[in-house]
Amino acid sequence: MSLPYHDPVEIFWFILGGVVLAILVATVVIVQSNRQAALEARAGAPALLPAEPEPPASSVPPAVPEPGALDVPEAPASRMARLRRRLSGSSNPLARGLLSLLSAETLDAEAWDDLEATLITSDLGVGPTTELITALRRELSIDGHADPARARTVLRRELLNLVDPTMDRRLVTEGSGGLPGVVMVVGVNGTGKTTTIGKLARVLVAEHKSVVLGAADTFRAAAADQLETWGSRVGVPTVRGPEGGDPASVAFDAVGRGIDDAVDVVVVDTAGRLHTKSGLMDELGKIKRVIERKAPVTEVLLVIDATTGQNGLTQARVFADVVNITGIVLSKLDGSAKGGIVVQVQRELGVPVKLIGLGEGVDDLAPFDASDFVDALLSEG
Amino acid sequence: MFDTLQDRLSAAFRNLRGKTRLSEAEIEATLREIRLALLEADVNLTVVKEFTAAVRTRAAGAEIHQALNAGQQIIKIVNEELIGILGGQARPLRFAKRPPTVIMLAGLQGSGKTTLAGKLGKWLKGQGYSPLLVAADLQRPNAVTQLQVVGERAGVHVFAPEAGNGVGDPVQVARSSILHAMSKLYDVVVVDTAGRLGVDAELMQQAADIRDAVNPTEILFVVDAMIGQDAVNTANAFAAGVGFDGVVLSKLDGDARGGAALSIARVTGKPIMFASNGEGLDDFDAFHPDRMASRILGMGDLLTLIEQAEKTFDAEESAKAAQKLIAGKGEFGLDDFLQQMQAVRRMGPLSKILGMMPGMGQMKDQIAGIDEREIDRIEAIIYSMTPAERSNPKVLDGSRRSRIAKGSGTQVSDVNALVNRFFEARKMMQSLAGGAMAGMPGARRQPPRQPAKKRKGHGVSGNPAKRGLPATPAATTAVPGAAFGVPQPSEAELAKAMGEFQLPADLQKLFNQPNKGPQ
Repeated sequence: MSLPYHDPVEIFWFILGGVVLAILVATVVIVQSNRQAALEARAGAPALLPAEPEPPASSVPPAVPEPGALDVPEAPASRMARLRRRLSGSSNPLARGLLSLLSAETLDAEAWDDLEATLITSDLGVGPTTELITALRRELSIDGHADPARARTVLRRELLNLVDPTMDRRLVTEGSGGLPGVVMVVGVNGTGKTTTIGKLARVLVAEHKSVVLGAADTFRAAAADQLETWGSRVGVPTVRGPEGGDPASVAFDAVGRGIDDAVDVVVVDTAGRLHTKSGLMDELGKIKRVIERKAPVTEVLLVIDATTGQNGLTQARVFADVVNITGIVLSKLDGSAKGGIVVQVQRELGVPVKLIGLGEGVDDLAPFDASDFVDALLSEG
Repeated sequence: MFDTLQDRLSAAFRNLRGKTRLSEAEIEATLREIRLALLEADVNLTVVKEFTAAVRTRAAGAEIHQALNAGQQIIKIVNEELIGILGGQARPLRFAKRPPTVIMLAGLQGSGKTTLAGKLGKWLKGQGYSPLLVAADLQRPNAVTQLQVVGERAGVHVFAPEAGNGVGDPVQVARSSILHAMSKLYDVVVVDTAGRLGVDAELMQQAADIRDAVNPTEILFVVDAMIGQDAVNTANAFAAGVGFDGVVLSKLDGDARGGAALSIARVTGKPIMFASNGEGLDDFDAFHPDRMASRILGMGDLLTLIEQAEKTFDAEESAKAAQKLIAGKGEFGLDDFLQQMQAVRRMGPLSKILGMMPGMGQMKDQIAGIDEREIDRIEAIIYSMTPAERSNPKVLDGSRRSRIAKGSGTQVSDVNALVNRFFEARKMMQSLAGGAMAGMPGARRQPPRQPAKKRKGHGVSGNPAKRGLPATPAATTAVPGAAFGVPQPSEAELAKAMGEFQLPADLQKLFNQPNKGPQ
């Protein structure tokens, strides 16, 4: 991180700006509230008080995990074959678009526009798209004529360059010095963190690792139950705390339990939080710090929903700042969304996409493979 | 940080002063910027194309207005077009003539349906209805439990005959919920369904079956404000699969631009009815097309800023600080400064707050470079002072300064720099009190020793968006006591003024200070 300021007090001027702003805004607020008070006094109506935040409801009886036979998760190898098929399914509009485009006789201006449109529509972002198109045009202009087969090869290479196959995408689940590996899963609301952890637990169990889950999402109603249900299906214990309790303490207990039981991996779920809520982001930082008193966090996974647009980059940036993410999980890739935003995220932050979620099935989680991903994008389906 | 459309356009129009009509080429250049801005805001590409075509037609014929420069003129057109699409057919929730009214929620996984069900329940209850929430999401583990908890928090009954977790038939649950509602005299039924993908034919069929079973009065499509280009595919799939009557935009409390709202409104022609902007059960609001338009364009969002400020500021304290500052005579001390600084920080990262101010575009690189930890250090320095030193920094002599430096873990030079800048700034602010602060009339016209009257004087034009418009009529209405006789500026006017807002020259100078380097 390079800071443009050598003199720390330079920032003073910005704070000052903020303070000026604060005072101005405060004045407006006072005027408004006075006005409102005056109006209300005139109308004789009771003053409107800002609503107090709801106190968290008292604890809810946890769902009793059904006793009985545990599921046997699918082995990683057969899983890969199945998911690869799905990723390259014919329902892929990008693939079809590219195909029809590149099989045209010549590449005219309109075809280029369409290609650009197709790439933008996959949420790749304007920057990378322009870059890709420029590279492609330059490459093809050397030949003087546009040969679709060649365009295809070049496009594949350029796309692959963007996705960067050289990154290390292995999941670090091995702790050092006899401590368990600690995987923390973070993200904004509704991206599928808990579901991803459920699936991840199954993958780990399939690899014959012992796992403990930590339900540090104490905020959302029934999140801990959801996680426990996932865990109980494969016989993985879940450490949970009271709803509305301190998530850091739950995470601490979970890791503590993992150390006591000498398990291989502890996976900690966290509550979804928008990256704009500084209080919640601070809380996230605290969870990580507290965990690290017990054992170092080996992996921080940011879950990004494939439907997410350009905001994904901002999200990733903020999360990276707060908890130093080490990997990205791209979830819900089985829909019509292409998740192109991860290309930008990966490029800007240098954090690789490590896993992809491909559906609601319990075993629909796969390692991310750059060339598979690109091939799937370009496949003729 | 992203260039706002306004910055982009002002760059494109630098040489256009004094022209009364835009040339073809200039319009094309502008449209390219608009296209980029909209794409960065996740507006769907097809919609962007249609939209720019519409703007092109209007811009070509438009006379340049006297008061606006060419860029502002285009922005005005764009803004109006946006509001037109977003707010075209706004309408309230329909209720069935014969209860129960059935509201069905549909959407992708994780778009916030269950949370919305709770919010709707609470809102309906507040409106005097007796709502019933129906747990028809039997797919996701413990979605039923979640709805039960949400219902309990909202004080609304939940109909959940099936435990969920993949067991049970949601269609059956939905059907029997209507009978249940009729027999127990609930007048609104909110059916929460499982999240599903647009491409999943089987689940779409199930949603259609639920629809046929309950015959809903309103089907609301819940969509995440962060969704990207796929918004249109998804919306179309849902429109074809189950059909919907209105859209709810969720997670608007993030900083996504929410261009999806535009795409969906345009492509499906369905109105956006609600905006959901927080995790609390009360964070639920009607949709404001004008604010959304500003947000999509990346214009500073003063309204949001003010709202946020209202939540976090202690208005009385800030007013006192402002008084002290304007009064001069060194009354504004470091303690006041600290207090205000902390109030600002409570609103979020400083860079974000400054970014919300319109006209800060040219400063964005500096803003992006702000390291919040530097603020911590300044806080630490001030905390290491005694209360007397804080309120009167003039007493700080060499030995006090070295003590403070030791106490805060900084160098004496840091303390010196802070204190010197503070004095400098205070002087400048006081001189500004007659300049920039005059935009808040009353501050100048009123002797500061009459706080009650002063506040009244702020009346109409306490509106900061008007500060940059020195010759507006608002300034003349600022005669003390006139506040109540003058119509208040509406939100739309505020939003419009925002677009034309420029920082006062003095203030700009103030912000430009960092460029001069250390003294």
